[in-house]
Amino acid sequence: MPLAPKSSALGLTTYKGSWSPQLTKHLLNRTMFGAKASDIDYFTSKGLLASIDELLNVQTISIPPPLNDYNSTAFTDPNVLAGKTWVNDVSTDGTINSYRRSTYKKWLMSVWVGQERNIREKLTLFWSNHFSTEADTVVYGSMVYNHHQILRNNCVGNFKQIVRAVTTDPGMLRYLNGYLSTKTAPDENYGRELQELFTVGKEGGAKYSEEDVKNAAKVLTGWKIDTNFITIFDSTRHDTTNKTFSSFYNNTIITGKTAANGALETDELLTMIFQKPEVAKFICRKIYRYFVYYNIDDVVEKNIITPLANAFIANNFEIKPVLKLLFSSEHFYDALYIGCQIKSPTDHVISFLRQYEITFPHAVTDYADAYYLYNYMVNQLTSMGQNPVDPPNVSGWPAYYQAPEYNELWINADTLPKRNKFTDLMIETGYTRNGKKIIVNTVQFAKTVCSNPSDPNILIDSLFSFLISTDISVALKLSLKTQILLTGQASDYYWTEAWNTYNTNPTTINYNIVNTRLKALLKYIMNLPDYQLQ
Amino acid sequence: MERRKFIRNSLALVAPTMISGNPINILQDHPLLNTALLSTSNTDKVLVIVQLNGGNDGLNTVIPLSAYDNYYNARTNIALPENKVLKLVGNNATGIHPSMTAFQNLFTEGKLNIVQSVGYPQPSFSHFRATDIWMSGSDSDQYLNTGWAGRYLNYQYPNYPDAYPNSTNPDPIAIQIGSLATLTCQGPAVNMALSISDPSSFYNLIEGTDSTVANTNAGYELSFLRTIAKQTNQYTVRIKQASDSVTQQVTYPNNSLAAQLKIVARLIKGGLQTKVYMVNYGGFDTHSGQVVTTDTTTGTHANLLKVLSDAIAAFQSDMSGLAIEDRVIGMTYSEFGRRIKSNASGGTDHGSAAPLFLFGKNVRGGVFGDNPSIPTAATSNDNVPYQFDFRSVYNTILQNWFCVSSTAEIEIMLKQFPTIPLINSSVCGINDKNSIFAKESLIYNYPNPFTNMTKIEFKTNGGQTSLQLLNGEGTVIQILVEANYSFAGTNSYNLYGASLSPGVYYIRMQNVDKTFMKAIVKM
Repeated sequence: MPLAPKSSALGLTTYKGSWSPQLTKHLLNRTMFGAKASDIDYFTSKGLLASIDELLNVQTISIPPPLNDYNSTAFTDPNVLAGKTWVNDVSTDGTINSYRRSTYKKWLMSVWVGQERNIREKLTLFWSNHFSTEADTVVYGSMVYNHHQILRNNCVGNFKQIVRAVTTDPGMLRYLNGYLSTKTAPDENYGRELQELFTVGKEGGAKYSEEDVKNAAKVLTGWKIDTNFITIFDSTRHDTTNKTFSSFYNNTIITGKTAANGALETDELLTMIFQKPEVAKFICRKIYRYFVYYNIDDVVEKNIITPLANAFIANNFEIKPVLKLLFSSEHFYDALYIGCQIKSPTDHVISFLRQYEITFPHAVTDYADAYYLYNYMVNQLTSMGQNPVDPPNVSGWPAYYQAPEYNELWINADTLPKRNKFTDLMIETGYTRNGKKIIVNTVQFAKTVCSNPSDPNILIDSLFSFLISTDISVALKLSLKTQILLTGQASDYYWTEAWNTYNTNPTTINYNIVNTRLKALLKYIMNLPDYQLQ
Repeated sequence: MERRKFIRNSLALVAPTMISGNPINILQDHPLLNTALLSTSNTDKVLVIVQLNGGNDGLNTVIPLSAYDNYYNARTNIALPENKVLKLVGNNATGIHPSMTAFQNLFTEGKLNIVQSVGYPQPSFSHFRATDIWMSGSDSDQYLNTGWAGRYLNYQYPNYPDAYPNSTNPDPIAIQIGSLATLTCQGPAVNMALSISDPSSFYNLIEGTDSTVANTNAGYELSFLRTIAKQTNQYTVRIKQASDSVTQQVTYPNNSLAAQLKIVARLIKGGLQTKVYMVNYGGFDTHSGQVVTTDTTTGTHANLLKVLSDAIAAFQSDMSGLAIEDRVIGMTYSEFGRRIKSNASGGTDHGSAAPLFLFGKNVRGGVFGDNPSIPTAATSNDNVPYQFDFRSVYNTILQNWFCVSSTAEIEIMLKQFPTIPLINSSVCGINDKNSIFAKESLIYNYPNPFTNMTKIEFKTNGGQTSLQLLNGEGTVIQILVEANYSFAGTNSYNLYGASLSPGVYYIRMQNVDKTFMKAIVKM
């Protein structure tokens, strides 16, 4: 048994081995919220490099925005009709915004479940965690929406530009009090987190000083939000003195500017910060931990982080080339890293729904029922420890950064049973709203993931290779076949007969003969600790 | 489901690498939960269910010596020699397989009973469907998504799993080892069983060992996940303590069934408040070569029955040695019996009714019911018609062993099924008349054989009385009489058989708790 995490000495050289469904699944598990069987087929046939290109080719598409699903006999939004979007409506009403934040989360589930074949949503969650804001603190629904849309629309773009956009994003200004900061009382909150959490980090050689925090705060004074929720620069609130930074920043002086030019200091501040090589390394480490594994030792630092960071800088902080380098590397496909990530609650719930291709009512034409059902998923994520767009604080979720446990923090004696309960429930009884039920269709699933479900050996192999990323012993598979699919009988024929009988004569009883056994088998597989890994 | 708080109790999480395959299932009792139940629930009684997978050949297990010639003629290639069949004390009509000497001794001690021809009206010949029927307790044309034991536990513990475990009920309300009995333990809302669905995890738990993981980062994280899974299971410690506390046991034979029963004995003696344990043993699907042709008392089926009888006898001896014999009974069952006529491969095909065994100090020793009728020239379609409904056996155990009130019968069994006096009446203070031992011929028909009409006279003691007509395949094809008589007496029914094809038929009569079978022949 390994006593500690291991690291691979393989570097960023392009992976040259054969391209298999298992490696495709590995790539998709890390770049999307799980994969459907058809996704694995699609990208397996494309090959490694073409697959990566397609996954990183995120087009700006218009996803139908979140809708008002909260009008009722008890409450009516005076500005937005039921079934219409509220994202462009400015409201400071507490009740309205409480509903809208809730709606955003339900909508987000629909976007995640219905994600296209690219990295957009997985990467947007990465940035949402990185530029962490709490919807409950931001309060206003439209600001929550716009904050995450910045991240969504720029997810594979330029990191520098994202930082610039986030710095004066109304949602972030509210979250870290930037909109209240004035020259007489500069608020250090954003000035600090900009450096500590968003760019240079605190690791390694990052030794910016408390003075640097204070000076950054002064630079950033003057930004505020108008009544239309638009960020404006109010030069009367801006500190026009010169700001002298520490030796960490080569004693850079940002000359105080007056009037509208005061806003330019913000760009100078970012230019100065981005001079520091720590920025690229900090982000690349975080990318590595999110997409590969949390263990970064000297070997990984030297072979992966440093060259990735160099590429990041060389590409002027374009994100796509860095991800391409990582996802195409022989390091990424080393067997040491296959299946080594503990799924986040989002991975667990959303990838489950996608793997089983659970069909929800349409999120626009049947939004009321759809949102109701998606809300169940929001509640699941929350109970498992990842309330969407409401991380615990500005650092994001500890599982993404807290040494030494990292993603092990998702799992404890409370959350693990909840994960099992969720998959059991979706298999056994499903969840219903107005007669619309979301439930696993075990028989259809078997047909989808297995070329010949009438053969119990092929069926079990197919289910394991689709649902599980670790190696499962032949003995366990044999035991499950005999105990569950064969109901203790010795001959494979009996499963084959039951399956074929159902297919030629799909009566309720014939269906349930097959369904009962598939349900037991699927519940068993997903209750294995192995299912928590991806 | 939403109305119930669901606690996940799965030892499947403990150690998912499989070492050997001995599924055990434990259902658990919580005697002090509800004082209202105390009057009806006998608190420390345990049932061990031994499932024989595959469909045991009843006719070569319990041999109808009274019809030996017909038996022999129906299956010359596998028939057991009459002089080798083991005799049962006080019973000349019936014997058991020569390999079951241990059962012969148990029978002599009065700790074994044989219930003849257990089945149900429209038998299924599919392993899966028949197993589901036995586990759920359904009619053959009915789909139930709950198990009979699950409904029983739900009746006893209607709030489960809310606030379990607790100081009164520290043990799992139900445990399944092996995934097989899922349906048996399924309650209306949740599965009542703690699932130890990976058999090796159970042995690992008992032995304190762990399964290995791959030498990768996934292996590293898997070790972590398994550790948490172990902590998650609130019952692990109790099970291990119970098992560890028993150090002296009799020697068990070396087979998987005995290994399961040995652990069951430890857990009972070790103090788990567990009401039902389920174990299983497979390989009974003997389509071919079930005997060695040169000596039909040996071979596959003989070995299976020897394992069964030796393992159960060792268990019974252990119960006695551990001084828990008063609290424990067991039953065997298989999803169906096998065809009366053997096939050319030296085996038998799927059949219908078959005998089952109850064992324990508190079972009422003896043979219950008549030998099945064997046609003089059995065809390959002929089957043993059922005499006792399997749900009568369940209901008997619920009422006469667990002392569940008869008012709960409908809730658990969903219908009324007459009890059979299989269990010492002192256990639950049942005032049964032991009527099955005072049997006389209750049905007379003339003419027999018949062509167009036969007049059936039947004697009832009054009360609910039914007469069913079964065909030679063991399927009920007509209800002749279904009536509640105010008085005892003899009644008659004219059976017009013009539409019946020639062959053997059976009249099955049920009068309250008495059953009687009569073979009739249509010319």
